[in-house]
Amino acid sequence: MAVITVERKPLTFAERTYIPQIVGGLKTTFKHLVRKKQTLEYPEQRPAIPAGYRGVPTLVKDPNGREKCVSCQLCEFVCPPKAIRITPGEIPADQPDRAHVEKGPQAFDIDMLRCIYCGLCQEVCPEEAIFLQNQFSMSGYTRAEMVNHKDRLYELGGTLPDQHFKWDHKKAAAEHGNAH
Amino acid sequence: MFDFFFNLPIFVQALIKGLAVIMVIFPIAGACSLAERKVAAWIQDRPGPNRAVVPWIAWIPFLGKFLQRLGVFHVMADGGKMLFKEDSLPGHVNKFYFIAAPILAMIPALTTVTVVPFGAYITGNTVVPLALAPLDIGILSVFAIGSLGVYSLILAGWASNSKYPFLGSVRASAQLISYELSMTLSVIPVFLWVNAPGREATLGFARVVEFQSQPGFWGGAWFGFLMPVSAFIFLVALFAETNRQPFDTVESESDLVGSFHTEYGAFKWGLFFVAEYSHMIVGSAVFILLFFGGWNPLPWVPLSDVAVWLHLVDQPVILGILSIAIFLGKVLGMIFFFMWVRWTVPRFRYDQVMKLGWQKLLPLAVINLLFYAVVIAFLQK
Repeated sequence: MAVITVERKPLTFAERTYIPQIVGGLKTTFKHLVRKKQTLEYPEQRPAIPAGYRGVPTLVKDPNGREKCVSCQLCEFVCPPKAIRITPGEIPADQPDRAHVEKGPQAFDIDMLRCIYCGLCQEVCPEEAIFLQNQFSMSGYTRAEMVNHKDRLYELGGTLPDQHFKWDHKKAAAEHGNAH
Repeated sequence: MFDFFFNLPIFVQALIKGLAVIMVIFPIAGACSLAERKVAAWIQDRPGPNRAVVPWIAWIPFLGKFLQRLGVFHVMADGGKMLFKEDSLPGHVNKFYFIAAPILAMIPALTTVTVVPFGAYITGNTVVPLALAPLDIGILSVFAIGSLGVYSLILAGWASNSKYPFLGSVRASAQLISYELSMTLSVIPVFLWVNAPGREATLGFARVVEFQSQPGFWGGAWFGFLMPVSAFIFLVALFAETNRQPFDTVESESDLVGSFHTEYGAFKWGLFFVAEYSHMIVGSAVFILLFFGGWNPLPWVPLSDVAVWLHLVDQPVILGILSIAIFLGKVLGMIFFFMWVRWTVPRFRYDQVMKLGWQKLLPLAVINLLFYAVVIAFLQK
């Protein structure tokens, strides 16, 4: 590679006194002094959350209002800090609208003191039941308060649009005698 | 009312005047701490402290919100915190000198205020300066007492019995002594110019301001225009003397933690803080008196002309207040300049400070002095 020797110019007298540079700096800082402020006043003004933001992990329901999670425990296994604890459970027989859902979690706890917001649970979930949504601030007074239980997770998650309607398809297939 | 005041015993009058000046200096020092935070914030594109508010003031429709946004209640919050938090006394310090140091810091800061005139009024044809103690040796006493401030820093650093305060105080003493020399040399041309054989009180500030209030182009010009190099050297030395950025190697938190006040907290720390701001105020006042016309509102526009225009010649009280307002306005402008520079020029390294002081500023001050000595010798032949 060719080496280009750049001649370093000696500083002029004005530059060696620093004064023109200091005056230039003063001009710059004065511009900032009168400029529009760049900060948000947090609790009143909230930042715009970009798409794909990884906030607090939440559980979501399908458009029929059923839990999507089937307690396969993949997220529990993949979770690097072991923040997720799932107790798998059966679907009770007396709930006809959940008849074709395979399983559901009896308990689903995410310890937010352990969670590192990596999003692996969302990535690994085969049912698209767990999402890291937009909530970015979590606080509590006790350790117990910082564990999100199942009802709290569904409350945070709400319902997200679904493209698959897996259980509806299962139900339709069963009604047609599971032809294939 | 004035008769009542002038009939009081002389020491009661002095006490009232002294308290009046302290009642101005202290709130200004407090307001400066807020201004420091606000200016810092604005320069960094932030709104700055704007949360604290006293409920019944918040109920005032427009003003309450404005004062809250301005952050004026943060001054009270800061001051209240400083007063009421635990005033700790570490076990390893020399207790007597540790407590004496912040008190000693306040003494020169409040003593120099007494000799600085801060306004004037007119009786007959003479302009009478307002000052607590208008000494004939004005500038000498400011230098003499002001430089005592370094003892409190040395004492604080030494009594803290810990290495960062000690290093900080060593730096402080070296820096203050180095720049005092250039500072003194830079004001000598001013006093060479205003002095004449047989005149009285020619080292006082009032004489310097009087000299800058003369009619004519050369008479009305402030010394800042006649002697820009002197003014510049004085200003740089003033930054160094008050330990302000870019010369705050004394307090550089990255290498010295908190320097001489590392071990101090609560009210004792607050005294150092107020003393520092008082030094800034007095230093700015001296700079303005010497180089920027004192209480004259504009160059070539002396206060006496303004008094004639506004028909205030026989209104000593109103004219006095007006002149104090002009002077305080200029001082506050200088303080803003201090803060503005703080967020513009980064801190010099300690060796750079020493090199600048001894190898650049001091020779420049000597050459400047010789130049003006020759010029003045020719002019006043």
